[in-house]
Amino acid sequence: MGIIKTENLTFEYIRRDDEGNVEGITTAVDDVSLDIQAGDFVAILGHNGSGKSTFAKHLNALVAPTEGTVWVDGMDTKEEEHTLDIRQTSGMVFQNPDNQIICTLVEEEVGFGPENIGVPTDEIWECVEKSLKAVGMYRFRKASPNKLSGGQKQRVAIAGIVAMKPKCIVLDEPTAMLDPSGRKDVINILHALNKQENVTIILITHYMEEVIDADHVFVMDEGKVVMEGTPRQIFTQVDKMKELHLDVPQVTEVAYELRMKGLPINQGVLTNAELIAELKRIQG
Amino acid sequence: MSIIADHINYTYEIGTGFERQAIKDISFVIEDGEFIGLIGHTGSGKSTLIQHLNGLVKATSGTVYYNGQDIYDKDYDLKTLRSKVGLVFQYPEHQLFETDIFKDVCFGPKNLGLPKMEVELRAFEALRMVGLEENLYYQSPFDLSGGQKRRVAIAGVLAMKPEVLILDEPTAGLDPKGRDDILECLRYLKEETGMTIILVSHSMEDVAKYVNRIMVMNDGVLMYDDTPKNIFTHYRELEEIGLAAPQVTYIMNDLKNAGFDVNTGAITVDEAVESIMASVR
Repeated sequence: MGIIKTENLTFEYIRRDDEGNVEGITTAVDDVSLDIQAGDFVAILGHNGSGKSTFAKHLNALVAPTEGTVWVDGMDTKEEEHTLDIRQTSGMVFQNPDNQIICTLVEEEVGFGPENIGVPTDEIWECVEKSLKAVGMYRFRKASPNKLSGGQKQRVAIAGIVAMKPKCIVLDEPTAMLDPSGRKDVINILHALNKQENVTIILITHYMEEVIDADHVFVMDEGKVVMEGTPRQIFTQVDKMKELHLDVPQVTEVAYELRMKGLPINQGVLTNAELIAELKRIQG
Repeated sequence: MSIIADHINYTYEIGTGFERQAIKDISFVIEDGEFIGLIGHTGSGKSTLIQHLNGLVKATSGTVYYNGQDIYDKDYDLKTLRSKVGLVFQYPEHQLFETDIFKDVCFGPKNLGLPKMEVELRAFEALRMVGLEENLYYQSPFDLSGGQKRRVAIAGVLAMKPEVLILDEPTAGLDPKGRDDILECLRYLKEETGMTIILVSHSMEDVAKYVNRIMVMNDGVLMYDDTPKNIFTHYRELEEIGLAAPQVTYIMNDLKNAGFDVNTGAITVDEAVESIMASVR
């Protein structure tokens, strides 16, 4: 069993009108079974309303399945005695950093989590320092989070999670509100945490180019996992991705269009270097 | 008909320890019917700048002219200006509140004191322009998808019949289809009504594909103001200020460096494909 395993996970909620009468039932997550190995970098794609965020909330016991089971590091999320351990194992970062930051100083913000789980003071400071260094925000430790840019705030939010020493971090569109350099910083940090600290990363995003270096990609539609594989296997299917209201990285799209125009380019070009190699091969 | 910014400066919290100059001596002219992309890193002053254009924020010094009139004149009617220059804030769907979509879009024109007939005509027209399916008009706005909600919010501003539409990151958090729907809707508005559109965006690919002119803000200064093609030739400088060029620009530069005779000025997928096809033939 991997660090995250779900078996026939289904989540339904009841829609009610203004008077509280039942209007219908929506199945937000529909029979999802998957197994994520420790140390993997996993991306989840899907259009708005496809069930990605609801799925993500199951991974640190913010919601419990209507049917089926979720195990986080072997713990069943339906068993309430595990809730705190699960949240410590699997930390979550949301889209808007302003909704997640509560303290007046960066270092206090990062120390908030460990303090709440009773880590001794000396260790807290050590941990805060290490976490801030991991996201490249150590020199801002005495700054007010209000004065930081969006990307910097999001890195502080990630440091706050890292300080809890989770085995797994789930990020729900962490770059949606960031400018290009903020986006790049956040993604680079996630890869560094993944490689150096062996933290499992589960990244939900709408930016296809952020997915290229993932180990594994899941695509969701109407609550179901409809595609899964390596980024190359996924992005080879340009038409299918567009059908699912998604996209592919621009270099993949350029290669696809060239192929459509008759150039014998191999499918699944993911990087500029691969495109160059293909064009060179064609020219002989 | 135009917007002129004449040497505007804006300083926050003057006289306190938090004093900070957000806008530094910015001047420009925006003509009717332009489609402008405003880019800059977080905190560069984009949002502050656009709030000057409908008088929500008053410049510390300098002046804004709308259709030749100084909007800081004491006789100037700022209320009318605000219906002429419509501003769509970030996450505008948070401002939806009515029980059905149609009522929500009626709210603005109703507050202008227009007759019921005119209010409803405007609401229909606005919802049609954003391409929302008619069977949704009397549903709750809260049952819509993210992209649909956002189009309803934009319709609410369009129902005010603005001459200029300013949108602050209208595609943030939307999936690729929702993003394309919004951008196509803006293109349609510009072509159909000749409306002036100012799009604040963090997506260089979107800006490259849709706008005619890009303004680049950095640290309160208007650093570049030019066509997309010219702007993205400065991609190294853009990277230094937290921005980037569209992915296509990097592809074309890498190809050029690898010895392919391609046009490094290509900024959209179509242009790139055309140029590569020509070079390998």
